[in-house]
Amino acid sequence: MKNTIKAILGATILGLAASAASVASADTLSDVKAKGFLQCGVNTGLAGFAAPDDKGEWKGFDVDFCRAVAAAIFGDPTKVKFTPTNAKERFTALQSGEIDLLARNTTWTLNRDTALGFNFVGVNYFDGQGFMINAKKLPGVTSALQLSGASVCVQSGTTTELNLADYFKANNLEYNPVVFEKLEEANAAYDSGRCDAYTTDQSGLYAIRLTLASPDDHIVLPEIISKEPLAPAVRQGDDKWFDVVKWTFNALVLSEELGITQANVDEMKNSKNPDIQRVLGTEAGTKLGTDLGLENDWVVNIIKGVGNYGEIFDRNIGAGSPLKIARGLNALWTKGGLQYAMPIR
Amino acid sequence: MVSQDTIRDTGSSGASFYNDPKIRGLIYQVVLFVLLVSFIYWIVGNTVENLRRANISSGFAFLHGRAGFDISETLISYTSDDTYWRALLVGLVNTAVVAVLGVITASIIGFLVGIGRLSDNWLIRKICLVYVEIFRNIPPLLVIFFWYLGVLSALPQPRESLELPFGAWLNNRGFFLPAPIWGEGAWLIPVAFLVAVALCWFVARRAHQRQAATGEQFPVLWTSVALLVGLPLLAFAAAGFPLSFEFPKKSTFNLLGGMQIKPEFMSLYLALSFYTAAFIAEIVRAGVLGVNKGQTEASYALGLRRNQALRLVIVPQALRIIIPPLTSQYLNLTKNSSLAIAIGYPDLVHIGGTILNQSGQAIEIVVIWMVVYLGLSLIMSGAMNWFNAKMALVER
Repeated sequence: MKNTIKAILGATILGLAASAASVASADTLSDVKAKGFLQCGVNTGLAGFAAPDDKGEWKGFDVDFCRAVAAAIFGDPTKVKFTPTNAKERFTALQSGEIDLLARNTTWTLNRDTALGFNFVGVNYFDGQGFMINAKKLPGVTSALQLSGASVCVQSGTTTELNLADYFKANNLEYNPVVFEKLEEANAAYDSGRCDAYTTDQSGLYAIRLTLASPDDHIVLPEIISKEPLAPAVRQGDDKWFDVVKWTFNALVLSEELGITQANVDEMKNSKNPDIQRVLGTEAGTKLGTDLGLENDWVVNIIKGVGNYGEIFDRNIGAGSPLKIARGLNALWTKGGLQYAMPIR
Repeated sequence: MVSQDTIRDTGSSGASFYNDPKIRGLIYQVVLFVLLVSFIYWIVGNTVENLRRANISSGFAFLHGRAGFDISETLISYTSDDTYWRALLVGLVNTAVVAVLGVITASIIGFLVGIGRLSDNWLIRKICLVYVEIFRNIPPLLVIFFWYLGVLSALPQPRESLELPFGAWLNNRGFFLPAPIWGEGAWLIPVAFLVAVALCWFVARRAHQRQAATGEQFPVLWTSVALLVGLPLLAFAAAGFPLSFEFPKKSTFNLLGGMQIKPEFMSLYLALSFYTAAFIAEIVRAGVLGVNKGQTEASYALGLRRNQALRLVIVPQALRIIIPPLTSQYLNLTKNSSLAIAIGYPDLVHIGGTILNQSGQAIEIVVIWMVVYLGLSLIMSGAMNWFNAKMALVER
């Protein structure tokens, strides 16, 4: 009897000790390589950014960023599993290690960088918050400043919700917030006429407008009330993984600067331009890729998999998509925008 | 007891000590206790270590930070400049309001339907049966969606609001009522009401004493109603009718002014009431059926009239059966109110979720949720236990 008890006790304590040791490893890159796929947190369904298509395959601007990281690690953009997260779940999912990377139109703020324990890899979309109204029902309204007394639909736990409160307070306007946890619920409530206005990032407004019953009745008001630098994020405390994701983003933008596209990447490998040689890993004796913990042809894999930043933008949200969002602030720095890649050398 | 102890004592003096049931029981308890403590220690230690490693700040200090977001329904004053703490309090009040109103309404509907199921009228009996079977077999979330999306969103837009009598309006933004504005001297009315309550208690006691002494009865019920209605009315008149109304008026976006009952609150309140009432109806039916038929017959034999027999004999015994399961239904209703999150009613879970996301303090918020719901449940079951003890059979 005593021996049995001893054995049970010993086994339990051993079990506890063993499980304690396995919690939250700090080497995400090795973990991802070991399990053979990247677990990426994306939006639950925002047209153009992250939404499953009619075949159930995830498509979008943020989705393609996840695929780019997978291509950099595995040479295969399909080795990604997507976790749809709503605004509230997204941070816990990243903190707890359920996802390796969060690419879900998330605004980069100091609080999220510090108190929440994240690192943002770079702004992949410069956005700003706006308002959408049903112009047919509210013909006289052409400015957000006319929204005094309006009911406004908003998603909870977002910077949007805070900007909304600040904007109406600063302009001494009354309003009535109607707050939903899920994007779909907020969309449905706005579409059914529960709210006069809908507020979120402007890119999101254009995407949501496409999903409404009669998109042409709705207009996006001209005011932009905030800066919303949207950025993919990883957990703090794992610099190696942070580097991989950060440089994947820089490689996408830099490839656009250098004119490397999905179509011409194989030709470009023969280029004599030293910048291009360094980026594509064809420079003699290069170890830029291996220093990152990847193969030296990592950028070739990224571009073959998803194309450069400009191609991803056009395909999902730009001229080549139903959203037709202009590049605006997201044009390259050489073309009057803000997208500026750090040199790969 | 004594003989049992002697047998155990002789047992332990013989064989080795771990065959002694007392000592063995003690060992099991100690082992369980040690395991439990080490498990908790490990969980807490692991959490703290992981939070530290992930550079996530912890502690409850964040509650003093500025909330920064607005809340649509606030019964206590609140602006976006208030603290997270205040916002949580707003959520708690909203939860409590919907829970208390829901419990009252569900009880009323439940008792009516429960009695209706025992009615002699075939139609009433079947209608009540259908009601119970429908609401008992649908998940509460669907009932909430039914009210929110099926009923209240189908109401007209603000510009085509339905005009109701007494200056009230109905549209898909809610139910608009004229708001009463109390003038000078209105404080007399609640005071008069309190006086009336005290008088009722006094009258009831005197009537009881008189009946015990002389056998004469006194119409306590009608006297009480007259007091409770008459005294406040008298006070209202004495203060010079200090009441005016603010009527809701149409504006650009919606009706302004007056009192507004929002569709989020309405659908949650109605859904919880109707859903829980189905269960209460069954409990009530079981309670009434649980009283032996002989009790009714005996009270008739004693010369009691039908309503006296019900009030003095049947209902008190039925309540003893009804109250314990009724308590769990009240607790269920309170906890189901957290489904508010699906339709955007700002209850405790909804606001806590927003704070969780703005501050990132997941563990702290979840702890607050658990403590608050535990507290609410304990308060409610405490009150019901008190009521149950009062109603229970007193053994002399």
